[in-house]
Amino acid sequence: MTINTEMKVRVAQIAQVADKVKRFRFERADGQPMPVFSGGAHVIVSMRDGKALRRNPYSLMSSPEDTVGYEISVLRVENSRGGSAFLHEKLKEGDELVLSQPVNLFAHDHRAKKHIMMAGGIGITPFIAMMDQMEREGAAFELHYAVRTRTHGAYWKELQQRYGKHRVKIYCDEEKLFIPVADVLANQPLGTHLYVCGPAGMINGVLGKARELGWPKQNLHSEEFLAPPPGKAFQVRLARANRTIDVAPHQSILEALEANGVEAPYLCRGGACGQCETGVVSCDGELEHNDHFLEPDDKASGKKIMICVSRIKGNAVTLDL
Amino acid sequence: MNLNFKNESFRDDYTFKNSPESIRRFPFPFNEDKYMYSVNMEPHVPAGPAGHAYNNAIDVDEHFVAEMRDRALVLKEDPLRYLALPHMMAAQWDTLELLMENQAASYPEHFTLEKNGDQWHWINRPMGIDQIFTFGDASTLPMEPLEYITRQAQGDFVIVDQRDGQLWCDAGMVTTQADWSLDFDIGMNFHEWHGPVPLAHEIGVFDRALKFLLNLQQGKPVRRLNWTMTINPRLDTSPENYHKWGPDRATVTPENVGNKVHLRCELQTLWRLPRSNAILFVVRCYLIKMEELVTVPKWARRFHRVLRDLPPELVDYKGLTRYRPTTVEWLAKFDDGQPSTPGIYPE
Amino acid sequence: MLVAGIKSRPVYGGLNVDIHARRHLFALEGEGALALLDQLKAVGMDVLKTADILYVASGSKAEDHDRTLAALGADSFWLAPTIPVLLNRFHVMLGQAHMGTCIYVAGTEGFIGQAQQAAMNHGVDPASVHSEHRGSAARRVQCVHCKGITDNVTTSPYTCSACGLSLLVRDHYSRRLGAFQGVCIDAEEPGTAPKPEELFP
Repeated sequence: MTINTEMKVRVAQIAQVADKVKRFRFERADGQPMPVFSGGAHVIVSMRDGKALRRNPYSLMSSPEDTVGYEISVLRVENSRGGSAFLHEKLKEGDELVLSQPVNLFAHDHRAKKHIMMAGGIGITPFIAMMDQMEREGAAFELHYAVRTRTHGAYWKELQQRYGKHRVKIYCDEEKLFIPVADVLANQPLGTHLYVCGPAGMINGVLGKARELGWPKQNLHSEEFLAPPPGKAFQVRLARANRTIDVAPHQSILEALEANGVEAPYLCRGGACGQCETGVVSCDGELEHNDHFLEPDDKASGKKIMICVSRIKGNAVTLDL
Repeated sequence: MNLNFKNESFRDDYTFKNSPESIRRFPFPFNEDKYMYSVNMEPHVPAGPAGHAYNNAIDVDEHFVAEMRDRALVLKEDPLRYLALPHMMAAQWDTLELLMENQAASYPEHFTLEKNGDQWHWINRPMGIDQIFTFGDASTLPMEPLEYITRQAQGDFVIVDQRDGQLWCDAGMVTTQADWSLDFDIGMNFHEWHGPVPLAHEIGVFDRALKFLLNLQQGKPVRRLNWTMTINPRLDTSPENYHKWGPDRATVTPENVGNKVHLRCELQTLWRLPRSNAILFVVRCYLIKMEELVTVPKWARRFHRVLRDLPPELVDYKGLTRYRPTTVEWLAKFDDGQPSTPGIYPE
Repeated sequence: MLVAGIKSRPVYGGLNVDIHARRHLFALEGEGALALLDQLKAVGMDVLKTADILYVASGSKAEDHDRTLAALGADSFWLAPTIPVLLNRFHVMLGQAHMGTCIYVAGTEGFIGQAQQAAMNHGVDPASVHSEHRGSAARRVQCVHCKGITDNVTTSPYTCSACGLSLLVRDHYSRRLGAFQGVCIDAEEPGTAPKPEELFP
């Protein structure tokens, strides 16, 4: 007995909002309302690209109270595994896709006296929905948004217009302006929370600086979706199902399973939520853990693997599936 | 479905009883002849024979009006049974929406919800309530949204906030509880709150349940059943009033078991809330007298065996020590020794 | 040592000075003074330059810990006459504090609980408050029936100082109240309460 809560949607609008960034608006094919969500939530977008089924997580950026449609923004990445290239180049208005229910692994802490958000590039998207919700809830917040150039940065003008320049600050690489993290964090009232979303280097830099300034980890939040890193091909043996499946160099274990009709549980597909944790029976090779979820002990034990982003270097791994 | 709401009491003269239909819809918590803790969660989808408590996502039954009256009495004596920490306001609105939408959709004869943007119109006919308010604006309701709606919905309600890979019990309406205090437990995390439960921590029940719940999804509620026993049909078996209801446990005799001893089942449903990302625990209490329970031969047989073979730690924790032997002896008369069929529904 | 294995009792992980913190705010009670002195042996005296110390001697008056603390030369030191008076000032200082201030609490469990509660009211996650238990293992207990709080309970059962019921001290701790739970021990057969046993000396 399961509930299928996936939503069939139609692409209602595609808009180029900055260099290499497009916004996609989805509305339900059956005309039903979309569920309300919480700022910071993402959905898994399932795309049928020729023979391949791609499922990628994207943060929702529309107003959480907009039940007519959901919006995401996607950066066209070089060396795309296929998701961003498909969305940018093949998807047309009127096409149909499937969305998961919203899942939030980056929720704001409602106890906070104040919220400080730091975004790098396309990392802005979850904050757009968060600010909409914070504004509605009357919470104190400010956004510090780093962009490469003014034309690469999406939404900064709209955000400054809506929330004011005192709450939305833009820093442009090209103009040699960077987020002055230490200054921003210096005099914040007790009970302030910090949220970071952007490239890994930025997240690590900002969080490291905050720790150096004595911010406790309970007040620090970040989100980074990992794309499954490629590697060499290997085989997965399913101990219970007694099957062997090939994993291609640009495929994750989860994707290989799905391509062969094996359904495994997942939520974020980005190594963060823990839903796809799978037991390792044996490994002919070396586990390559790429997730943010498992504790170092678990990684060292060789008994568990997050199949959405981790793989092996070697011949074959036998999983408890 | 048109319900016949009963005029009955859960205190003083204890006039509560179940109609024959109400007996057959009881969510009997044992699917086999023995009991031990387990995570035992399943998707909360409509199930069971027609009329069963599992038919609707939020169940309303013939005891609705009387239970709401009892809740109001409890709150008058002790307003601390409703508490919400200040950061839970978004979750309060989420809960109000969920309960109003479900009650109106499943019982249109009794409840109506009309939405015009954020202007909402709520009608609760059994209680004679007609309220126009602004969703999101607490000053348009006579009390906080969670208190307002949970005075009009059966069951206890606890909202847990999700932070740092833990769940925190940060708001609730708790007047029909099996011996736990919201005032004491509010603010605790999932493990702390269940701290006094014996055996379950050691076998990892709470670790597994927590892991499961942290990834609970919107639109996919789950349910589980829990149980204990109560002497007299008393909803408010709070620790606050234990010195008042505790003496009842010493009043069970072979003559009064059938009427006095009740199986108390908790149908727990868990829902991911949309705006707050919190989780709503609905803990709905159902009472059934032993003499009502034994009208279903399968249940009589099975409950006799469960109670007879219960581990001593659970007998103690559930407070059954004083009256279990008398009850087991009474139930033995209804156990014909036949094997009992699988599942929880009546034959 | 405190009894282990109580799921709802916080783990008091020690005062461990966070050398990254830009200010250090200490709320100390009784033997809690020794927790700070032990820390200083480990991390050196530099931390005192940016430290504010609030102290109440409680049952340790005879030990003169206040003089030792006063002589440390912290940025500020204040000796409070009672716990409620200390908590009042602590509350004001928390209201003026910034992120980067590390909060430390040491003393009896009842004191730790109340000080953590004050910090929580200022939006501080209790897990980020550094705490260390020192001194008596006596418990602060809330009567679940009348909600009255009795300090320094060393026996179970004990008599509620507010309503007079004989209460079993359950191994269940509320961080929000900074107290254990007391439940009527002879509710089912009034008058059968056992003799109090000294359990939390």
